Amino acid sequence: MSDAPPPAETAIRLAGLRFAFPVDGRRVEVLGGVDLAVERRSVVALVGPNGCGKSTLLRVVAGLLRAAGTVEVEGRRVAGPDPRVGLVFQEPRLLPWRTALANVAFPLEVAGRGRTEREDRARELLGLVGLREWAGARPAELSGGMRQRLAIARALALEPSVLLLDEPFSALDALTRERFNVEILRLWERIGSTIVLVTHSIPEAIFLADRVIVLSPRPATVAADVLVDLPRPRRLADLDAAVVTRTAAAIRAHLAGATDDAYAVAAGEVGRHEALEEAPR
Amino acid sequence: MTVLRGRVLPPLIAFVGFLATWQAIVWIGGYPTFILPGPLVVAERFVQAWADGTFWPHLTTTLAEIAVGFTAGAAAALPTGYVLARSRLADRVVSPYLVAAQAVPILALAPLIALWFGTGLLARAIIVALVVFFPVAISAMVAVRGIDRRLLEMARSYRVTRRQRISMVEIPAALPGIIGGLRIGITLAVVGAIVAEWTGGEHGLGVLINLARGSLFDIPLLFATLVLIAIVGIVLYGSVLLVERWVVARS
Repeated sequence: MSDAPPPAETAIRLAGLRFAFPVDGRRVEVLGGVDLAVERRSVVALVGPNGCGKSTLLRVVAGLLRAAGTVEVEGRRVAGPDPRVGLVFQEPRLLPWRTALANVAFPLEVAGRGRTEREDRARELLGLVGLREWAGARPAELSGGMRQRLAIARALALEPSVLLLDEPFSALDALTRERFNVEILRLWERIGSTIVLVTHSIPEAIFLADRVIVLSPRPATVAADVLVDLPRPRRLADLDAAVVTRTAAAIRAHLAGATDDAYAVAAGEVGRHEALEEAPR
Repeated sequence: MTVLRGRVLPPLIAFVGFLATWQAIVWIGGYPTFILPGPLVVAERFVQAWADGTFWPHLTTTLAEIAVGFTAGAAAALPTGYVLARSRLADRVVSPYLVAAQAVPILALAPLIALWFGTGLLARAIIVALVVFFPVAISAMVAVRGIDRRLLEMARSYRVTRRQRISMVEIPAALPGIIGGLRIGITLAVVGAIVAEWTGGEHGLGVLINLARGSLFDIPLLFATLVLIAIVGIVLYGSVLLVERWVVARS
């Protein structure tokens, strides 16, 4: 672990981010001054106690929520939903009446691209996530994992330079999830975008990320910035390396300082109750 | 074959049973034809009235009223339901009037509307539109309110315009609920048209009922007209069902 020097090429810069939303007439501080710089083409994992504002942070970066402070992507301010940022939600959020192809083409249709361009690009994206054969299927005919892959393909439609993943595999079983992590890295190597992902799994964070950012409980600040010193390309077998154990221990130490249900987090037993993060308006 | 038998046979048996009960009541009660004609008498009169063209001007008049009134009522109700679902202010201001208007039986207003607009197509279509409006507006409102907010957030992340949000997300998502309202609306439209015709005028199936009961004193014709009205209702309801099936198959 270390405090990394300011990266030369910054994809995302967050400075003094503060965000609060009203609950029962009170203002609940969710982000309490987050400072973070994410290097271009790197993978950064956000971990932190339940309800600490990880999803809120992603929504602020995606421009869905407006926070006080600075949000810059590729040196330009984010003001509202931004085509430079692709956001994959916790659930696939597909349009059930559309085919897989038409779901992936949705952002292109919204952006006013022509029909042939839409279809060609959507087919290409389906191929990228291994769903070429399923172009005509409706979401209901696909498995949970396939749906989430479809959601990722959709998020890539407008060629965003930054991809945000909000616990995208949390609904999948452990084995599928491991396979998906490998797929995500392969995808990342091909598309070369910057990835920021929220996860509850420390091994997952270490496997995927160059840096693991530990957030403090609400209101969230950056509690620690842990460098993952593992060479790429990574394989699942790498997860047994001693460096992984050391890194995980470091992350857990920070989480333990950051949360009162430290034991649960360390044991990887974190539940799904993020009521406050669910859908702040 | 068995599927056909399973789908066709039970309703057919039920229908035959219905006719048999009807005929039995006539026989056992010994009612004269001008009180309760039997199914055979009615069927005979129906065929005759159909063949000699008695039904035609009345049927086309009623269908025209339903077509105009239903279309206008639904066309006004759908955007109203949408605005009620999306604007809390509109909901607060408009909903009390909607509920009040529904509490007053619109059919009781038929004579008043005849007074204002005469007894032509316009007045009748207005009554049809009024009875169609409420269920369609309410079902559209409920359907739009029920749309998964997470889908809307997803759409927003791709910077949809308001128009795109409505056409690409909200309308398709709300369509099944909206069609449910249209199903109720179409049956009410038939009732509305018939009652509207009782306020006067020359043609319409409601007028024909009045004629058969009054100056013609042709009770079998009255029953034959009721049968025709029932058929109109079933056919219209069935066509909405077909549209619904098509929509559901798409989604």
